[in-house]
Amino acid sequence: MNSTAVFRAEGIGKSYPGVRANDDVSFQVDAGQIHALLGENGAGKSTLVKMIYGLVRPDQGRMSLMGAPHQPADPRAARAAGVAMVFQHFSLFDALTVAENIALGMENPPPRRELSARITKVSHDFGLPLNPARRIVTLSAGERQRVEIIRCLLQNPRLLIMDEPTSVLTPQEAELLFATLRKLAAQGTAILYISHKLDEIRTHCDCATILRHGRVVDSCDPRAHSARELAAMMVGGEMRDIDRSGRQAGEVLLKVQDLSLPAPNAEGTALKSVSLELRAGQILGIGGVAGNGQEELLAALTGETRSASGTITLEGADLSPLPPEQRRKAGLLTAPEDRLGHAAVPDFSLTENTLLTAGARKGLVRNGLIDHRAARSFAESVIAAFDVRTPGPHVTARALSGGNLQKFVIGREVLQDPRVLVVNQPTWGVDASAAAFVRQSLLDLARQGAGVIVISQDLDELLELSDQFCALNEGRLSEPCPTEGLTLDQIGLMLGGAHGMQEAAL
Amino acid sequence: MIDPLSVFLLLLSASTPILFAALGELIAERAGILNLGVEGMMITGALAGFAAAYATGNPFIGFLVAALAGAAISLLYTVLTQVFLANQVASGLALTLFGLGLAAMFGKPFEGVKAPPMPDGPFGINWIVWLGLLMVPVIWWFLNRTRRGLILRAVGENHEAAHALGYDVRLTRTAAIAFGGAMAGIGGAFISIATVLQWTEGMTAGAGWIALAIVVFSSWTAFGVLAGAWLFGGVTVLQLRLQAAEVDVPVQLLSMAPYLATIIVLVLISARQTYSRKAGGAAPGSLGNNFHALR
Repeated sequence: MNSTAVFRAEGIGKSYPGVRANDDVSFQVDAGQIHALLGENGAGKSTLVKMIYGLVRPDQGRMSLMGAPHQPADPRAARAAGVAMVFQHFSLFDALTVAENIALGMENPPPRRELSARITKVSHDFGLPLNPARRIVTLSAGERQRVEIIRCLLQNPRLLIMDEPTSVLTPQEAELLFATLRKLAAQGTAILYISHKLDEIRTHCDCATILRHGRVVDSCDPRAHSARELAAMMVGGEMRDIDRSGRQAGEVLLKVQDLSLPAPNAEGTALKSVSLELRAGQILGIGGVAGNGQEELLAALTGETRSASGTITLEGADLSPLPPEQRRKAGLLTAPEDRLGHAAVPDFSLTENTLLTAGARKGLVRNGLIDHRAARSFAESVIAAFDVRTPGPHVTARALSGGNLQKFVIGREVLQDPRVLVVNQPTWGVDASAAAFVRQSLLDLARQGAGVIVISQDLDELLELSDQFCALNEGRLSEPCPTEGLTLDQIGLMLGGAHGMQEAAL
Repeated sequence: MIDPLSVFLLLLSASTPILFAALGELIAERAGILNLGVEGMMITGALAGFAAAYATGNPFIGFLVAALAGAAISLLYTVLTQVFLANQVASGLALTLFGLGLAAMFGKPFEGVKAPPMPDGPFGINWIVWLGLLMVPVIWWFLNRTRRGLILRAVGENHEAAHALGYDVRLTRTAAIAFGGAMAGIGGAFISIATVLQWTEGMTAGAGWIALAIVVFSSWTAFGVLAGAWLFGGVTVLQLRLQAAEVDVPVQLLSMAPYLATIIVLVLISARQTYSRKAGGAAPGSLGNNFHALR
């Protein structure tokens, strides 16, 4: 064993009723190392880091930090011992200021004025400028993450845990984050890095531990393996190749012309003269950092917000004044980002959930009465065709895992044989095999002559799926450009670059 | 006809019960607790305080007991919402109905007896009125300048994140609910001990509901609560004066005026806010949601 180990876990186990979240997990993180923790959703990564941060107590095993036993009773004890964590979903308080948020993450914060001065100084030293008096709600995703990072840096951590930190960043912002992390590592901080972006891990991490079903299945030097090999280790089998073949661009199906809408509320984004054209057999990818008008664009397309007449036409017919149900009848179907609450009613059964969007198109409602048999058989056909793992259509949507529910939601729309399907974040929080399935089904749909719009923050996904790429930035949609030959750097610039970030200067 | 100074003094007195109740509810709501049981806690305080003041002959002991009684009955709500994770709205309504019934039952022996006299404080203004005015800057200072206040706001704003940072959501909320109960109890006792000077069934007459409205009206700030309480108290006093002066307006309309004024201002303010969080003057993010931690 290496004597420079900052953190070491030996035989860690944790069970929840019915689930073995972690089983005999052992690994170590050395000083100055960026150590990746890889695994699919549900592989036990989050539980593991929660134990290190004192949020969850292990049932078995031992942890040690800097050679001393590490058994934090709560996050405060973990912080006192030198562990800092940047959370996947920001652990920030929207209505509070930057300084207040940082004070909450510290054990003994200095008086307000002194803290503000230190925030300003440290944030400038690291090239991540922050105004301590700003409220979180006014910050961009990249700026919010700076707050989390500065909060950690002010505590001089020995071990820094980062839980999927780049999922909301533009490529440039992510590069900057890694530059900062490398400088921290050079100072001797150990970094435990969780992500499922394999390319990122291959370029930046020194070592990787791979978890599957709560167990360590492998550890390796990620630089010595291809992304494909790493993915195979994660899912425990070969990944099937995506089949993009056999599609031809046909006539124009959906046309959006000069669509402008005011922001729906104070946090929303106004759409500014959005225009696009979608042809049969084509997949149009729309990229952008969250909060740049994705929700609003989707709402305008579904009919949740109505726009000026003539702005949205489907095969020549003006859809702009029509409500969602009429648009579905015309053949414009959608699958919103938020699976539980927007795309599906959590406490409704799958049968009832199919009725909500497929009622009219599949004739599941007759004379105002529900045809239960038809609804159930349609739900069953979605479950069968899209490999939704569930006991049956009577199960509530809430009971399905993220990946299974997403397959159900997409399948429900695809099997209605849409002319145009618009999906927002189709594989967000979905494990690799389900994501591959969803992507393939979108490609198959396009091959059959439908038009597909994919709105996503996952640039790799957009490059893999789409023929044309547009960037959505502050409510403006860029000119489409062919995806063929487009690099991540170019896309990053289209997305508005690094939002004023500068590289860390230590 | 209407002397401004005397109207102001009456206003202070008329606004005190809702000022206490609303300041207590402000703390609860900033911790993410929507307790609709304010009315029930007020009536409990009104009876318990009156009974204690009558039995001991000391009105100040009455207020102390009222605070304890308000906090005690709020424990019921704490058990329901923090232990059994029951719905906050339903639990709050239950607390109001329970408090009103309980007070009506135990209040029978105290009907028709008089409260002990209460000595005036400085400038002839009741001590409890002074205490209420003092609580406004104290609560502002607590919320905005102390570590405990910051943690309380954090819990109310985003309980998941507060938990992730290691703060005890349930403990913070339990304390906030108890404080809300104690303040509502004092507010209720002010009506029975200092204003009406006797016990009558249902004597809080909806003050708890007005207190709830005033917290929204205040955009969840201590000085906003004071403004709201004064608005309601002021219109109450004014309409009573107008009634006494036999102005040619139906009495029913005048009696409605304080409630109507509160509702109108509330609607105007809510329309302006329309969930604008950028100004910082909106509802706490986790308001009304229960929290359950997985360990």
